[in-house]
This record gives sequence, structure tokens and C-alpha cells, in this order.
Amino acid sequence: MKTDATPPAAMSESAPILPAPLDTAIAAQLAARGRWSPFEILFWLGAVSTIWLLPDHHLILTEIVIWGLFALSLDLILGYAGIVSLGHAAFFGVGAYTAGLLARHALIGEPVVALLVAGLAGGAFGFLTSFLVLRGTDLTRLMVTLGVALLLREVANRMAWLTGGADGLQGITMQPVLGLFRFDLYGHTAYVYSLVVLFVLFLLARRIVGSPFGLSLLAIKGNPLRAGAIGIGAGPRIVAVYTLAAVYAAIAGALLTQTTAFTSLESLSFDRSADVLLVLIIGGTGHLYGGLIGAVVFRFAQDWLSAATPQYWQFWIGLILVVIVLVGRDRIGGWLAPLRRAGDRLVPWRGGRDGGRP
Amino acid sequence: MLTILFDGIAYGMLLFVLAAGLAVTLGLMNFVNLAHGAFAMAGGYAALVLVNRLGLPFVVGLVGAFVFAAALGALLERTLYVHVYAKSHLDQVLFTIGLVFMAVATVDYTMGSSQQFIAIPPALQGQVTVLGVGMSKYRLMIIAVCGLITLLLQLGLTRTRFGSRLRAAVDDQRVARGLGINVGAVFGFTFAFGSGLAGLGGALGAEILGLDPIFPLKYMIYVLIVVTVGGTSSITGPFLAALLLGIADVAGKYYVPQLGAFVIYTIMIVVLILRPHGLFARGGAR
Repeated sequence: MKTDATPPAAMSESAPILPAPLDTAIAAQLAARGRWSPFEILFWLGAVSTIWLLPDHHLILTEIVIWGLFALSLDLILGYAGIVSLGHAAFFGVGAYTAGLLARHALIGEPVVALLVAGLAGGAFGFLTSFLVLRGTDLTRLMVTLGVALLLREVANRMAWLTGGADGLQGITMQPVLGLFRFDLYGHTAYVYSLVVLFVLFLLARRIVGSPFGLSLLAIKGNPLRAGAIGIGAGPRIVAVYTLAAVYAAIAGALLTQTTAFTSLESLSFDRSADVLLVLIIGGTGHLYGGLIGAVVFRFAQDWLSAATPQYWQFWIGLILVVIVLVGRDRIGGWLAPLRRAGDRLVPWRGGRDGGRP
Repeated sequence: MLTILFDGIAYGMLLFVLAAGLAVTLGLMNFVNLAHGAFAMAGGYAALVLVNRLGLPFVVGLVGAFVFAAALGALLERTLYVHVYAKSHLDQVLFTIGLVFMAVATVDYTMGSSQQFIAIPPALQGQVTVLGVGMSKYRLMIIAVCGLITLLLQLGLTRTRFGSRLRAAVDDQRVARGLGINVGAVFGFTFAFGSGLAGLGGALGAEILGLDPIFPLKYMIYVLIVVTVGGTSSITGPFLAALLLGIADVAGKYYVPQLGAFVIYTIMIVVLILRPHGLFARGGAR
């Protein structure tokens, strides 16, 4: 991702004349932000090791990966641009149905290509709807995103000839990934495939978030007026990140369809939008791992709760939300701060992480 | 044609009673309460228990619905909501969604997941014909009751001391506080009253809207539409919006059933894009 990915309207600041020391200091700080901490490396090594260590749990792990990717996409707009969305499932559903339809009608059999096409479809939809969230307060954004998702669900429900309506899209058969790896009953292929997709997309997101573009998003989230005053135009950047998040969400949805060979209206439902918000909140917003950690906690909690109280696990989910808010989200994030500081200490110079945020 | 208009008005009036409390919550404290529908559901089930299980008269059921929902609202407001007022909108959304989930599961657990109907007294069943238009007695009663409530609300808000305090607090909380108005108490009372109204609406509407555990989720969007489209600065805004919504929804379902809820959602999105502060807001000064 190049830094000049932002639309030309905001180009005026891209070639500033800076004194040389400041220039190098900024470059050093950006590089420091992009450095990998040992915990991150451990996290991913741990994730990879589950391929061999937990071969019996690949089905649930695949779900976790998909939830993680979905929450990651929400983090891009919520944690970095500060847009509260109650309809993020819309993009998830677009991706899910695109992938499902492509496979069902044998338009594009190869999963990876289908995944990309689904991502593009979600991105196109995200781009079109991004203009709706530019205006208004939090409440209007909430309502608009919620309205878009509900509208889309209604469309999918009515167009039963295409989507299967309330019965869901059935009869999907998946081709082998890259023509080599066949999806098996135990979900081994599905898990490795999803994990690779997640990792690639995570790297991309990490790069984008660490770039000047990502920093400018944080500035907009912090104070749109002041960001505008120092030459960071909010509009084009929000459009860009919203579109990107839509691509990610669509890919997450497509992955779910591909790994389960099924999709239904549930992928567009309000519950899904609310759940992904919960996943992200559990893990914490504004740092890409939040969604991933949240997904692990959420999925296992869900599994455990629904085993303990089969019908009423929603109650506990609700209780968790209420408690999280009452305790305070920052405080929960604060419990992890010592860990993060320890991670910083292990790396010789990491002034960028804290020093980068005034 | 006139029957549709009539049904639409009844439906819209009902929506208004459901949403009136939320308009004040949003306007006064700038608090996003997605759980408002849960109070309506609480009222509905309270009436159900009173009328169907205990065999009390329908009117007692309605009063009971109001009292129960108001008490619940007051309790939750004092114990939980007060802690969330100062938090960000995201927190408020999460908190109230959590409450909705809990309410849905609790009702499912205690009352069962099937749709319930409150027994209506025979005097309210059947139709009357006025000027050649058949009207159901029950809907006439709804229009009468909700019309009366609207009138009282309007009078209460414009003519009483409490009403002027409330309006002052809505317009500018800090100045109102400076003038010695106990904004917290005003708000607590209004919240409870609004919850009570929602409960009454839930009980009245059980016949038309249905009553099942997912009621808060089903009508959350409708109630929010009424408030966001109508604006939060007056009673008349949401009232007109509710009527508009009710008539549009009933007419839409009758004339173009294949479009379903499209009409409503599209209208909402368009209105919000063009007038982010609502259709009837005063100049969008807030």
C-alpha cells in the first residue's frame, strides 16, 4: 500500500518541505510503529501451531478465524476512523452470497479467485454506501448503517429465486483451493486456507494502519475539525477506509460460505452485526489484534454457554455487554497494558508506539 | 382506501405512544436507547399476565402495563442507566443492545417463545360502520386512547411547570441546571414515564403488532425511525412522523406487498441523508 492511495483532493500535504532531521525522525517513528513485537510473532506462531496441535478442533478454529477477520474489518472503521456501525453484516452478507452464487452456478469454481471477486463486490457496495456515513452524527450513522443492512436483508429475502430466501442458499459444491487442495470433512483444508487468508489480509491491514494514511485516520477519529484544520480532509479518507473494511467483511463472509458450503439470511441479520461488535469490544478496539483475540474468547464462550444453557445463551452475551460497558472498556484494555509494556521493553527502541500518540 | 387510512392512523398512533419516551431520552440526554422496545414488551407481558392468567378486566391490564413498565424503567434508570449517560455513543449502543438481548432471553425463559394474544373484552370486538367505512372497534379505541395521550402530553409539555422545566433541560442542560432545575430528577421521571407509555403501547398493540420475545428487536427500528425522522425537539415532530410511517407501512403492505419493508427503510435513509436532524427539526441548530 503506497501512501498516496488517498484521493487527489488531499494531496496538497503529500510533498511538504521538511527540514532533514525532522524528516528522518518521522521516518524513524513510522518504522518503529511498523516493527514487530515478540508478542505478535508469538501470537502468529501459536496460531500456526494449532494446525498440528489441535487437529480435532479445526472446524471451530475456522469459525474463529472468520469471526476474527470480520471483527478486524469492523475495527478498521470503528477503531481507526471512529464510525459506529450497526449494519456491518451487510458487507459480510454480500460476500457470503457472492461466493455462494459464484460456486453454485459454477461461474468461478476456484475458491481464491471467487474470494477476490466477492471482496470486490463487497468493496463496490461499501464504496456506494460510504457516502451515506459521511454526514450526520453518531445516531444518524447508526440508523443509516442499520437501515442499509435491513434493506439488504429484505432484498435477499424477497429475491428467493436467486438467494433461496429463508431456506438459505443450498447446493453449493466447492472446488479444490488453487485446484490442489480439496475441502475435507474435518475442515483441515478449510482451516489452513482461512488462516492463510487471514494472515495475508492482516499483514495488509497492519501496513495500512501503520502508514501515514492510518495515522491521518486516527487524527480524524480524535477530532475531525482539528484534523481538517491541519489539512487532513475527512471525507475521502472515510470513503477509502469504509470501502476497505467492506472488502474485508465481504471476504470474511465469502470464507464462511466456502468453508461451510452454505449461506443463509442469518449472514445479513442484525444479530450478526451486534455479535461482531461484541467480538471487537471483547478484544478491544483500535489495535488490530482486538478482533482476533475477541473472536477466540467469543467463540469459546458461546460454545460453553450454549452447552450450559442451550436456548438462553443470548442472555449471557447481553450480560457480558452490559458488564463490559459498566466496568468501562478502557479499564479492561488497561489490564492488558502491563503485558504490552513488557513487550515494548523486550524490543530495544520502541518509542513510536506511545510517542506517536500525543 | 379509507379503511387503509384508518388502519394506518391507528398503527401510527400506536407507534407514537411506543416512541414518545424515546424521543425525550434522545433529545434530553442525547442518549441512544435501543432497549426502549424492551419496556414496551414488559408492559405487554404484564397486561397479558393480568388479563389472561388472573382474569382481571382489560382496563386494569392496561393500567398495570403502564405501572409495571414505568416501575421497571425507574428502577433501571436509577441503577444502571445513570452510569452510562456520560459515556460515548458506542458504549450506550453496546449497553442497550446487551439489555435487549437479556430481555429477549428472560422473556423467552419465563413466558415461552410463542406469540401471545391478550384476551380482548367482547365490547371491543367486531366492527362498526361509520359513513360507510367499516372500522374495527379495537382500532377506534386505540385511536381514541392514543389521541388522548398525545393531547395530554402536548398540554403537559407546554402548559405545566414540569413541562417547561423539561423543555428547558432539553434545550440547554447546563443553563437549566444553573437555573436550579434538577435535571437528573426531571430526566429520571421522564424516563420512567416514557417507559410506562411504551409499556402501555405494548399492551395496546399486542393485538396488532403481536407479542413475542423478539418484540424489542422487531420494533426497535420502527421506534427509532419515528424518532430520527421526526426529530427530538418537539412532540409534534415524532407524532407526524409516526402517523406518516404508520400510513405508509400499512398502505405499502397492502398495495405493493412484494416490496415489503423497503418503502419504510428507503424513506428513512433518504430523510436522514437530506435532513440529518429529522424532518421536523427546528433548523437543525442542535
